[in-house]
Amino acid sequence: MLEAHPGLPEFDYIKPKTLAEASRFLADHAGEARPLSGGTDIFVRMRDGVWKDKYLVDIKGLDGTDEIVYDPSKGLTIGAAVAMNRVSAHPDVKKHYAALADAVDKVASYQLRNRATIVGNICNASPAGDTIGACLLLGGALDVHGVDGARTEPLASFFEGPGSTALKPGDVVTSLRLPLPPKGLVGRYYKLGRNKSSDLSIIGVTVVGFPDKRAASGYRIKLALASVAPTPLVVAQVEEILAAKPVTEQTIAEAAQAAMDACTPIDDVRASARYRKMMARNLSQKALTEIWNQLGR
Amino acid sequence: MAYHKITLTINGEPEQVDVPSNMTLLKMLRERLGKTGTKNGCAAGECGACTVMVNGEPVNSCMILAVECDGSEIVTVEGLSDHGSLAPIQEAIMESGGVQCGFCTPGILIASQALLNRNPNPSEAEIREALVGNLCRCTGYVRIIEAVQAAAQMV
Repeated sequence: MLEAHPGLPEFDYIKPKTLAEASRFLADHAGEARPLSGGTDIFVRMRDGVWKDKYLVDIKGLDGTDEIVYDPSKGLTIGAAVAMNRVSAHPDVKKHYAALADAVDKVASYQLRNRATIVGNICNASPAGDTIGACLLLGGALDVHGVDGARTEPLASFFEGPGSTALKPGDVVTSLRLPLPPKGLVGRYYKLGRNKSSDLSIIGVTVVGFPDKRAASGYRIKLALASVAPTPLVVAQVEEILAAKPVTEQTIAEAAQAAMDACTPIDDVRASARYRKMMARNLSQKALTEIWNQLGR
Repeated sequence: MAYHKITLTINGEPEQVDVPSNMTLLKMLRERLGKTGTKNGCAAGECGACTVMVNGEPVNSCMILAVECDGSEIVTVEGLSDHGSLAPIQEAIMESGGVQCGFCTPGILIASQALLNRNPNPSEAEIREALVGNLCRCTGYVRIIEAVQAAAQMV
């Protein structure tokens, strides 16, 4: 009988007791085993036959992966298995990392966010990942447990291409760390999809800003784009322009143009490259203007 | 393929099931336990027809493995009524005309009940946001939203 929805292909579910055991298993089965957290990307790709792993290694419950902790002297640590809804509902995330809370709330649906995780969003390394821009702009780094023990991977050098990262066989990301936010930080995520909610992004714009005496303009404003390049894209020129010159309608337009010029989108089922480029400029302009208003000019 | 013995509670009843690694919670509910109120719509986490509560929170049961639910408490649409007496959200959705073909209804009921559990008096915007992951191709949603508002008044 032809099945409308083929089930999941065969695999073995593995539940290791320690991180060391997880890393060893993943390394011993490189290319045929994958860490499992929320599974919201994994199951779709396995059903579609894109991923054919023989083993899924559940990392939920391992050392610290289920915890989310804000330390006023160090910053925020989000365990790899912490579901997105727990992140955006956390009072310290809303208060200190607004861009991240906003981005999380724009991922898919409430049900899906009860399973999906931020670390999963990062590790899948989709150029469309909604939460990645905020993590990049907020100076995020990943705690990784590999066969040789623990190490840190800064997000700034983590993404290598669509679905491709600095992770090696045997690596398990245990948590995402965000440093303390600068004083007066504001931020937001703007998402353009084919519908108002729940769709993947045609483009996404994350902006953060804060007063900075070292900048000639007195402000540091940063912008990242989703779905416009092979990897999530931080547009350094935006920060440079708006730090060097007084922030005005004109310099914001200039910065938005720089965002458009920096992106190299593709045509796909969601939108054409040309449309994406134009929307990158328009949405960046809107985002920068609103963040500038919020900074209280 | 490996099999796993799991113990869980479904609508208050303890169950023990032997499940293969690749069996989703949805498939276990429908094909092992006969709980066919939970529907298989898209099998990709988009439509919400398969929504059930796991430990009080709504999830897409097509996107979670049965083995991951070992030790969990599950509530399906069959568990919303109390010995044949319908929950306020069920009464309200019939009353408002929020059911047409009915395929999305079990998922809508679970997502709505979960919303009312965490927020007994939701605004229209909060109701819309909570039901973003539940697609309905018949009603146009207005009557469903009215039903959730009415149910909030009834509780």
